[in-house]
Amino acid sequence: MGRCAFQDPISENMTEVAAHTDGHDHGHHDHPSWLAHHFDDAEQQFDSGKLGMWLFLVTEILFFSGMFCAYVLYRNRNPEVFEFCSAFLNEKLGAINTGVLLFSSLTMAWAVRASQLKQHKLLVGMLGATLGCAAIFLGVKSVEYTHKWSLGLLPGRMYVAQMENGYHSDVDYLTPLCIAPAVLTVLFALYYVYSLVIASKFHQRVAGPLLVAGLCFFGGIYLGQFIEGGEHHGDSHGAHADAGHGEHASHDEEHAKEAGSETPAPAEASAASSDTGVALVSTSSGPLHDVAVDPKEAAIPNAEVNNQGMAGLFFSIYYCMTGVHAVHIIGGMLVISWLIVKAAREEFHSKYYGPVDNVGLYWHLVDFIWIYLFPLLYLIT
Amino acid sequence: MADTHSHSHSDHGHADGEFSHPMPVWMLLAVFFALLGLTFLTVFQAQFDLGSLEIVFSLIIASIKAGLVIAFFMHLVWDKPLNAIAIFSSLIFVALFLGFTLMDAQQYNERLIMDPKNEILENSTPKARLIKASE
Repeated sequence: MGRCAFQDPISENMTEVAAHTDGHDHGHHDHPSWLAHHFDDAEQQFDSGKLGMWLFLVTEILFFSGMFCAYVLYRNRNPEVFEFCSAFLNEKLGAINTGVLLFSSLTMAWAVRASQLKQHKLLVGMLGATLGCAAIFLGVKSVEYTHKWSLGLLPGRMYVAQMENGYHSDVDYLTPLCIAPAVLTVLFALYYVYSLVIASKFHQRVAGPLLVAGLCFFGGIYLGQFIEGGEHHGDSHGAHADAGHGEHASHDEEHAKEAGSETPAPAEASAASSDTGVALVSTSSGPLHDVAVDPKEAAIPNAEVNNQGMAGLFFSIYYCMTGVHAVHIIGGMLVISWLIVKAAREEFHSKYYGPVDNVGLYWHLVDFIWIYLFPLLYLIT
Repeated sequence: MADTHSHSHSDHGHADGEFSHPMPVWMLLAVFFALLGLTFLTVFQAQFDLGSLEIVFSLIIASIKAGLVIAFFMHLVWDKPLNAIAIFSSLIFVALFLGFTLMDAQQYNERLIMDPKNEILENSTPKARLIKASE
């Protein structure tokens, strides 16, 4: 990890530097290790990096706007598809993920403050908290995705028309999705044990947050399963009833008619407990999915919308937007891990905190995108 | 850009080359709780059927939240104006992009062919991979 560790490829300031370097010899005697030699001073280095980051964020916004454009056009033409499909999204999980991301933004902003004030331990802690929140977000998202996959709520031509009694795929999607995080968590745990054995403060400071983040992913999985199993049905019933799709509502439906009803019907309650009883490795088949397909009991198929061309297109847009967002989360986790290493080395101070600040900007942008995604996808009545 | 190192920072008014601006903790927490409150508000308002106003309300709330994030968490209030120009110009271009794309949407909407729309529901179910849970 060298002295010019984080420079965005912005050349505007470099030309300025080049223009007047002939005035002095540009010696290295006054350049500390954290200041790249092509910068005059710390502030110029910081400003250049930050401008580069903002320009990158501009391209990110424009990049996401393409998908928002698809969203806007499709919703403009077929608002009924969005009403129909949004009922299959669990708004409680979406709201929790919003809160988790907002909290991670808070810890990231706090991390920037800590890096400016040379609070090295606090900085590692705040970066670790941000990483953990990102892992929780992905865990909840995994539950959301796999739940939809097993119900056939898939993009485009893979979409399975939702029937009165519901279909369920007998494929277990969640377990394969957990393999990579599980392997990583085990590796982090081994690394942490190793750092304890060699009694290295540096390695402990790196391994600790990584291990916590790995465990947070499974915490997110548990949280997602708990809520998806316990409250999803009531929610969807309410949403369907409100949306006017519930003409053929079954008798169960009457109990859960109120929007956001917290009290599931007796049949649902027993099933919900069996659902939450299922651990991380859920069974490949079983009675619990009689309940998992519950949302559609309320809605007799709406043939105009409930097909691959209409609802399938909604789910294409849904998976594309949230999936690309999730990829950004993963990318953010990688750079935050890199920051943790640098923070554990106590590299940052009031004149060199650009990497923390710039990663922070990126992380807040990811939050920014989700702030729009959440109401636009989940909160359609 | 200054000629020498010695007074290169004088025009920014910082003493001793200091350019960092640590945000006070109370401000960070205030922004966070404001964001959380607005999230509750947007979930709350989604329970009511406001018709076409719903999207307007949720977008206004989302934009307030986004504004808070940009202004405080992303530190734009205290940032160089150039960065603010960059980010706001991108938002203008997004508005142009969406606006121009939507402008003629009504003209071709009727001609769009939503391809598998007319398929019968049963035909769209790949039964090989699926079991009917009720049976």
